[in-house]
Amino acid sequence: MKIVLPLVAVIMLVVLAFAGVQVAGMQFLFGVLIPYLAIAFFIAGFIYRVIKWGMSPVPFCIPTTAGQMKSFPWIKQNKLDNPSSTMGVVGRMALEVLVFRSLFRNTKTELREGPQLSYGSEKFLWIAGLAFHWSFLIIFIRHFRFFMLETPFVIQMIEGLDSFLQIGAPLLYLTDVVLLGAVTFLVFRRLAMPLIKYISLPADYFPLFLILGIATSGILMRYFMKVHIVGVKEMVLGLVSFNPVVPEGIGVIFYIHLFLVSTLLAYFPLSKLMHMGGVFMSPTRNMANNSREVRHVNPWNYPVHVHTYDEYEDEFREKMKKAGLPVEKE
Amino acid sequence: MAKVNTPKPAELAEALEYTTPQTEWMETPAVIKPGTFCWGAKGKNLGIVEFPNARDWNPSEEDWKLPENWQEIFFTGMKNLLDKYRSFKVFMDICVRCGACADKCHFFIGSGDPKNMPVLRAELLRSVYRNDFTLAGKILGKIAGARPLTVDVLKELWYYFYQCTECRRCSLFCPYGIDTAEITMMGRELTNLLGLNTDWISGPVANCYMKGNHLGLEPHAIMNSIEGMVDDIETITGIRINPSFNRKGAEILFVTPSGDLFADPGTYTAMGYMMLFHELGLDYTWSTYASEGGNFGFFSSNEMAKRLNSKIYAEAKRLGVKYIIGGECGHMWRVLTQYMDTWNGPADFMEVPVSPITGTRFENSKSTKMIHITEFTADLIKNNKLKLDPSRNDDLVITYHDSCNTARGMGLMDEPRYIINNVCNNFHEMPENTIREQTFCCGSGTGLNASENMELRMRGGLPRANAVKFVKEKHGVNMLANICAIDRATLSASMDYWVPGVKVTGVHELVANALIMTGEKERETNLRGDALPGKEGN
Repeated sequence: MKIVLPLVAVIMLVVLAFAGVQVAGMQFLFGVLIPYLAIAFFIAGFIYRVIKWGMSPVPFCIPTTAGQMKSFPWIKQNKLDNPSSTMGVVGRMALEVLVFRSLFRNTKTELREGPQLSYGSEKFLWIAGLAFHWSFLIIFIRHFRFFMLETPFVIQMIEGLDSFLQIGAPLLYLTDVVLLGAVTFLVFRRLAMPLIKYISLPADYFPLFLILGIATSGILMRYFMKVHIVGVKEMVLGLVSFNPVVPEGIGVIFYIHLFLVSTLLAYFPLSKLMHMGGVFMSPTRNMANNSREVRHVNPWNYPVHVHTYDEYEDEFREKMKKAGLPVEKE
Repeated sequence: MAKVNTPKPAELAEALEYTTPQTEWMETPAVIKPGTFCWGAKGKNLGIVEFPNARDWNPSEEDWKLPENWQEIFFTGMKNLLDKYRSFKVFMDICVRCGACADKCHFFIGSGDPKNMPVLRAELLRSVYRNDFTLAGKILGKIAGARPLTVDVLKELWYYFYQCTECRRCSLFCPYGIDTAEITMMGRELTNLLGLNTDWISGPVANCYMKGNHLGLEPHAIMNSIEGMVDDIETITGIRINPSFNRKGAEILFVTPSGDLFADPGTYTAMGYMMLFHELGLDYTWSTYASEGGNFGFFSSNEMAKRLNSKIYAEAKRLGVKYIIGGECGHMWRVLTQYMDTWNGPADFMEVPVSPITGTRFENSKSTKMIHITEFTADLIKNNKLKLDPSRNDDLVITYHDSCNTARGMGLMDEPRYIINNVCNNFHEMPENTIREQTFCCGSGTGLNASENMELRMRGGLPRANAVKFVKEKHGVNMLANICAIDRATLSASMDYWVPGVKVTGVHELVANALIMTGEKERETNLRGDALPGKEGN
């Protein structure tokens, strides 16, 4: 159920786009209206979510310290895993966001007879995660060729690098293969590892299947079911310049691709995909461990009822005097 | 309450496996099993600290005597916490369930219960959050991973939030830094709104509030306890120490967990502090009012933690000290590092700590004005201010356990190691995935160290104990050093259970054994009264 439902949902989306365009001829709806709505929803939703998080303060300085703190000059501080300065935090966050530092630490716990526990290095999730996110990013950047009249040099360079193996025509992009492979691995991992399967929700499979659908439709479009590429560019340029046009004969696979991308965009702010924004706002990672050096202020700090020394002494004065302890009031 | 039987280590290990039930977790009700939970709080103790819905209750009974509008209380409380803590809001939203945390929790490793995987522990509450606080959850319900808050769900939340020691090991491995400690704290805040605390936490909290320490030691009892240690020190060293209490005008206030004053082996650590301070001629005082470094309030609610913690600065101010030294304790130091100054500061009535012996200025604590005793002592040793004879610890083969809180909530890792290496000759590290920032909890933190909870504690203590077993077999380790009062109490139990033959010590016990004091007599025994190496025949 957890798996079938999201799979069916993605298939339904494909069918919907196919029927809408091929059967009902709703090119304008699927090619213009829905993408616009999706992007608007994505931008507004993303901002809303980030603002909503930002509305809640960070009352305490709670970095997870992952190395030696700043101490004496003769003790080496781990400045990236336990930063005490803003620069250190920037470094820590960069490592976290760009190369998934925390995931790199991953270990696998093994229990043998005895009992004997061991913790081996486990890098598959890290590798697959990196491969997935980076190839997705590069593919996204490559798409800018469609958003601009002249393809900028940077994009051309990325394309060149991405296709450096010079296989096939059109040239095979490495990132296409990597993305498909990584997403497949991530799906497989959820299904094959009983504990991971146990914690997985439909909301975990749905984006994976959706991205798989996006990648597959994109690959089909580029390598197998050729679309009218000039028409595609014309249409995308029209969208980008708010001058939407719907050229004839683009091919339905393009609309399916676009519809799945639109779904992903619209789904994004409602889902766990918001980790993209959230990772920057995680107080255990984005704060310097300097709360003994610089006072962290809690905006909602309020006075509390305490048991004062005077009350304490009132209660124990006789006992304190008898024991020879100094008292405030005789 | 009936005595709860704890399974034998072999039985427990035999049955341990990492499998999943046939039913989905939402359809698998929590079974509140004897030996894995603490007795419910007494209404009297909750009443002392003015907690709401204070009453006697028993987790193993069907009826938890919840207030009529308990759901409303829960949701209002949850909204309040979401508004107050960005961490809570973000952590409720961004988990992708990658599972990196799954096998990082000592309770999962030792119990095999999937709901002890940090991700699932958090999902228990996230599912409730989704149901009532998110659009997707409101519309899609279970498909979106949402479920309504029922009495059974509440019981499950309670059960598993009191099976988390807030050690933050999961947070280390999380690609977004999601910290289950933070989620557990919120969960416990919510249970406290409903009067669902435990006896083992609420008792010490009430004690600490009224009497200044968890154990409820009254002023004269604290003095008696310390006098007893002074006698022992005199027997061993021939030196009479005269500690002072509540003394105005002292340069330094010394605060340590009250566990150090009460039971072995913590008392040996306390003797260690006093011998060191005496040898240095340090101008310091104990306080009977602020006689607790630890903070069980921290395991109940943020407000309670602040109320208990307030005594430290208040007493420092009243006594007019220049700064504070804190003893060896784990969660105490997370509180002192990440919370105290924010709650009860600024401590501008004190001065930046400067060691009167070495002149070292402790810049890293210039705002809190409180330094860790291992910082203080490491600095002394580095500057050759102590005469040490490490051979007095030669009967010991030592390994060092990083406390979760000093490791992952502070980053104090090399200071205690530096000290140990200077006061002992035989030191071996445990495997690298079990120490420093990757250290495993003792299994009994956050107020879970009750005797009725022994099975859970031994399960949670397995990863730590197993690493000790490894170095015991490899290097003959017979002593587990640490800088935490709860460790000293609870690791003793888990060592006896999993690795018999390994004892537990504080770092300053080792220091005091090695410390050559001015005018001391020829020492025959260590602080425990055992013959020193080479003196066995005497």
